[in-house]
Amino acid sequence: MTTPAATRDPGSAWARYRDNKDLQRLGICLIVGGVVALMTGKSGTVTAPTSGITGTFKSSAAYVWIGIFVALWLVLTIRDRYLQSVQSATRVLATNRDRVLAVTPVKWAIYAAGLAIAIALPHLVNNFWQEVLVGQIAPYVLLAVGLNVVVGFAGLLDLGYIAFYAVGAYSAAYWTGSLPAHPPFTVNPFWAFPLAIATAMLAGVILGAPTLRLRGDYLAIVTLGFGEIIQIVANNLTSVTGGAQGITKAVPSFSVHVGGLHYAWPLELLPGNHFRWYYLILGLIVIVLVAFHLLENSRVGRAWMAIREDEVAAEAVGINPLKYKVLAFAIGASTSGVAGVFFASKNGTFTPPDFAFQASILILVLVIFGGMGSLPGAVIGAAVLQWLPQALRSHIEQQDLYIYYGALLIVMMIFRPQGLIPSRRRAREIRMAEHGVGSADAMAAPGAAP
Amino acid sequence: MTIEERAVEVEDPILVVDNVTLRFGGVTSLADVSLRQGRGEILAVIGPNGAGKTSLFNSISGVYRPQEGAITFNDPDGRATTVIGRSPNRVTRLGVARTFQNIRLFNALTAVENVKIGVESRQRTGPVGAMLRLPYARREDRESDDRAFELLSFVGLQARANALAASLAYGEQRRLEIARALATKPQLLLLDEPAAGTNPVEKRDLEALIRRINTEMNVSVLLIEHDMRLVMSIASRVVVLNFGRVIAAGTPAEVQRTPAVVEAYLGTAAAEEDGDAASG
Repeated sequence: MTTPAATRDPGSAWARYRDNKDLQRLGICLIVGGVVALMTGKSGTVTAPTSGITGTFKSSAAYVWIGIFVALWLVLTIRDRYLQSVQSATRVLATNRDRVLAVTPVKWAIYAAGLAIAIALPHLVNNFWQEVLVGQIAPYVLLAVGLNVVVGFAGLLDLGYIAFYAVGAYSAAYWTGSLPAHPPFTVNPFWAFPLAIATAMLAGVILGAPTLRLRGDYLAIVTLGFGEIIQIVANNLTSVTGGAQGITKAVPSFSVHVGGLHYAWPLELLPGNHFRWYYLILGLIVIVLVAFHLLENSRVGRAWMAIREDEVAAEAVGINPLKYKVLAFAIGASTSGVAGVFFASKNGTFTPPDFAFQASILILVLVIFGGMGSLPGAVIGAAVLQWLPQALRSHIEQQDLYIYYGALLIVMMIFRPQGLIPSRRRAREIRMAEHGVGSADAMAAPGAAP
Repeated sequence: MTIEERAVEVEDPILVVDNVTLRFGGVTSLADVSLRQGRGEILAVIGPNGAGKTSLFNSISGVYRPQEGAITFNDPDGRATTVIGRSPNRVTRLGVARTFQNIRLFNALTAVENVKIGVESRQRTGPVGAMLRLPYARREDRESDDRAFELLSFVGLQARANALAASLAYGEQRRLEIARALATKPQLLLLDEPAAGTNPVEKRDLEALIRRINTEMNVSVLLIEHDMRLVMSIASRVVVLNFGRVIAAGTPAEVQRTPAVVEAYLGTAAAEEDGDAASG
């Protein structure tokens, strides 16, 4: 960049660079662009190890990448300038505005448009993308929305969230008679929903009640352990779960026969059948979103916020932190259980590795990427991150896929730690933490009692 | 000289602290502390730094668990409840609210939200009621809004209702914390150095506010305070702690004359001088 001598001169290019946030950002963008170009470019060989680097920058692809990141810088900078001008004009207005979380007409319009797009989407894409929607995106949106309650609302770091998904899936398998262990009566998986919700919720309470007294990192380790236990039990308790081979016979697909109403979700994933599955899970997501939105702006949601901000103060105003943490766990777990039933019934079969630790981390990443504590964030974050690998699949080599994924996450956390669509409150917490007031860390332990 | 004045008997006590001893390892933070607070009384606890005032507060509010002694809270209808062993949130719901020496507000929430959280500790809306937005949940939410605004006006913060707690001035934050504590419908309010860091004008307002809390809301106030002028003007009785022991108790005028108190605050020489002056 510059010579060491120049760094001592206050008027030097280096000093000017250090004082200019935009230039700094440009520097980071150039570096990231270069790294991405290197990662995707030619590989070196044993005889010429540096040929990877020289080869990369000889090809035009490298400059396309750098160009993309410079464009990103331009967009970010222009956006910042715009926001600054808007902010100074509306600051007075903003401080006087009523409710922070009030849903304005504009917001309703955006939500309605979002729902309309979600309804129309499967009709606009081909069979492959329909399958991605039903198999990869929608269930993870549901999982992210559920984990958002635990991580975003209550501020508890759960690294074993997938365990409740497993509990939901195995409950569905149990109640449909697909496990070696037989239930007293069998039901259609559709009616396994309430049973699985109850079981997952119970699992959440059983895990939560003794462990939620722990704070921050300790809780994270315990939940991690719980996730592993569930997977290992599923793997080894062959007489009950079917072990590593997976369940003994396929979980039947959903069907509803109530009175004159007959409706079935066929297992064969023929083109037309995706729609039924898609609209089922879309309905579940919408119900959960509405319920959680109301929950967030209620007494319960405010109690969670209080605990997240300052547990000692929350106790002093009469909130029982343990009760509300267990509640968050139970609600998160039951959402995960719903997704598990859907997964079991749609796929028909599954094995313990479907519930590996990586999946828990993935869901956590979806929530953080989207914006902790923000319901639209969880939806969009999950949709974008689950869509991305599929979209990249045809353009880049399979083994490079997660390099891009990782790079995206790193860039995101540098430039936008509050997530894609942050909750206003969460963004404020992060801003305040930067100014030394409180802590925005989901797992920060509030200071000891005075 | 009888330095250790035993707890004075008061009629209809709201709070009874009996021979409380609190230790942390080898350090004794409170030694055999007793005090009685009458219903409707403003009682002040004073003492030099490290005398155990905040430890006493934390014991009463359930944060610490003293090894010996008893702390009893009496309902207006005569029901006595032991405080020791109750978690802080259960003590609060019993009717004992507190503020903190180093203000602890929910900084990323607005002033009115801070108070609402306090109001809601007495409500019953659960997750199901909230998710389905049942009629009682809606009614309770409206009630908590109304009550929160009422309390904000009571402490003079109605104009700042929608400002973030962190953006308030220091004195405003103190008052907001008091409003939040009042929102939990306490019968006894513990104020931990409410005047710390406030200017003379704010101090006068605070004095009036504490009086109004006491008379208009019928809340007994237990006050830790360093500002002697404030203590002497609003407290009906004063308890003096030093090294974790009660060294004097009585009316402000009585306490001021006790040599042990002068000694604790100003040192031995001053006490002797003062004693000479008193006898001479």
